[in-house]
Amino acid sequence: MEPGHPSTAPVPSAHPGRQPVAHDHDHELAAPHAHAHADVWLSDVTAGYGSRAALEHVTLAVEPGSLLAVVGPNGAGKSTLLKLMAGLAHPWTGRIEILGATPGREARRVAYVPQAELVDWAFPVTVEDVVMMGRFPRLGSVRRPGADDRRAVAGALEQVRMDAHRRTQVGRLSGGQRRRVFLARALAAEPDVFLLDEPVTGIDATTQELLMDLLEAQAARGKTVVATTHDLACAAQRFQQVLAINRTVVAYGASNLVLDADVLARAYGGHLLVLEGNTVVLDDAHHHDEAAPGERHFHDNGGEG
Amino acid sequence: MDLVLEPLALGFFVRALIASMMVGVVCAVVGTYVVLRGVAFIGDAIAHAAFPGVVAAFMLSIPFYIGAAIAAVGTALAIGFVTKRAGIRQDTAIGVLFAGTFAFGVFLFSTIDGYVADLFSFLLGNVLAISAEDLVGLLLLGILVLVIVALLWKELLYATFDPLGAAASGIRVGRLEYLFLALVALTIVVSLQAVGIILVVAMLVTPAATAQMLTVRFTRLMVVAALIGIASSVLGLYLSYWLDVASGATIVLVQTGLFVIALVLGPRGVLGRRRSGQAVADALDEAAVAT
Repeated sequence: MEPGHPSTAPVPSAHPGRQPVAHDHDHELAAPHAHAHADVWLSDVTAGYGSRAALEHVTLAVEPGSLLAVVGPNGAGKSTLLKLMAGLAHPWTGRIEILGATPGREARRVAYVPQAELVDWAFPVTVEDVVMMGRFPRLGSVRRPGADDRRAVAGALEQVRMDAHRRTQVGRLSGGQRRRVFLARALAAEPDVFLLDEPVTGIDATTQELLMDLLEAQAARGKTVVATTHDLACAAQRFQQVLAINRTVVAYGASNLVLDADVLARAYGGHLLVLEGNTVVLDDAHHHDEAAPGERHFHDNGGEG
Repeated sequence: MDLVLEPLALGFFVRALIASMMVGVVCAVVGTYVVLRGVAFIGDAIAHAAFPGVVAAFMLSIPFYIGAAIAAVGTALAIGFVTKRAGIRQDTAIGVLFAGTFAFGVFLFSTIDGYVADLFSFLLGNVLAISAEDLVGLLLLGILVLVIVALLWKELLYATFDPLGAAASGIRVGRLEYLFLALVALTIVVSLQAVGIILVVAMLVTPAATAQMLTVRFTRLMVVAALIGIASSVLGLYLSYWLDVASGATIVLVQTGLFVIALVLGPRGVLGRRRSGQAVADALDEAAVAT
């Protein structure tokens, strides 16, 4: 479906499971027109872990220059959706195209930032080292980082205002600083698509403003930004578009249209409380989605797991 | 001075010295990734899995490192595969393969008539007995491992720190995982004669663990670990020669001693942390950056 027209999607089936692979024509019918222009395109995608479906029948087209927030309760499949886009998980059925190709094919033009808990922050790397990792894919195996790469790293650190901390070991950073470093790594990669898992969770308002300003600037330059978030206020105020999901698409469109009480009630079910016009989500914002099989989670004093 | 120079006139001592230094470097370099990934147990398992290969090589009269390499790399890849596909926990998979392969080695060993002192040296190491032929084989294997790490250190680092981010950026994390396990296996093969199956895990883990007490930068960590690896190999070998004791065990004891010193006195160690160690660590890092 096109952005700008919030619409309802089918309720998840009572018995999720692997379904037979559909033919290509079906997908063309499912998402007409949008295909050719979209940076991120999903057609009737169902995916999950083991035999448990995390997402069902998701159809979506995100235009270049979009600033899209993905919202929904815990276990709604937000992280899975991002992993599908990043090529880290594969759909059981349906098709996905990122920058016009299978996910992973255009990996160097895509920057993915995982949830902070999925990284071992005690690792012996400095802020600068982590941001330089964003340059590794374009260097290939033989070349060492050169002047261009160091310039890109310095520029990215300046943008997130972490240049003063560039020699600091990442474990000594606060939660907000870690998010800034990860965003800097994405910026240093100079991608066309940003896929960010909870980039503004559990950070102070100033840092949130800074990160959102940077993402807004990227979108204004024609880059596509897709970010999951628990923060509905941030989604409403700072994102152009919102995708509300709860295992399937509940609503997709301009943020002011999607984030109304009706849509949220459907997305969040019993986890939502509406008090005199103020919507409260009874959802632990500091709790991340369930780990995918094989994922290690790291929690320490500085983290916000 | 004679104490140092005198043994250098002996061919077997020089061969042992070169072999131990190579082992020290290769183990420290690969061990840096082993420590950061927290997979010391895998190293121990692969070392034990090399035993049937060593015994089989002996029975077939081929160089031991060929048999050991086949068995160790085979088991390493099997660990990678079983962990990914069988849906059981990694430590369980390793426990099964580790004991099973070692038992097979002991089984093969017991079919050989008579006492085979040579094979025992692979359990505990006897680098002073290394032949010129074996030394060349080990140097070539060691250089191969170092060249692969030199080519892929960035990718290995990214995939170790943030496997999801690395995979999403186009790095083949799955293949790299298998390659890493194969590197650990080859490293162990290189080390077998020097320290033996039972102690090789120490060579792999201790220098990097010691270096972790001294620095928070990846590249420096690897360099410091390699220096510790070389120094302890040289010192350990001389000590074992002077005192006429087991070489492998002495090298490992020197490493353990260095680790304890770093643990207690190092800037990131127990005492260091207590007396405003953070400031000391910062100062060290700043000094390192300045140079």
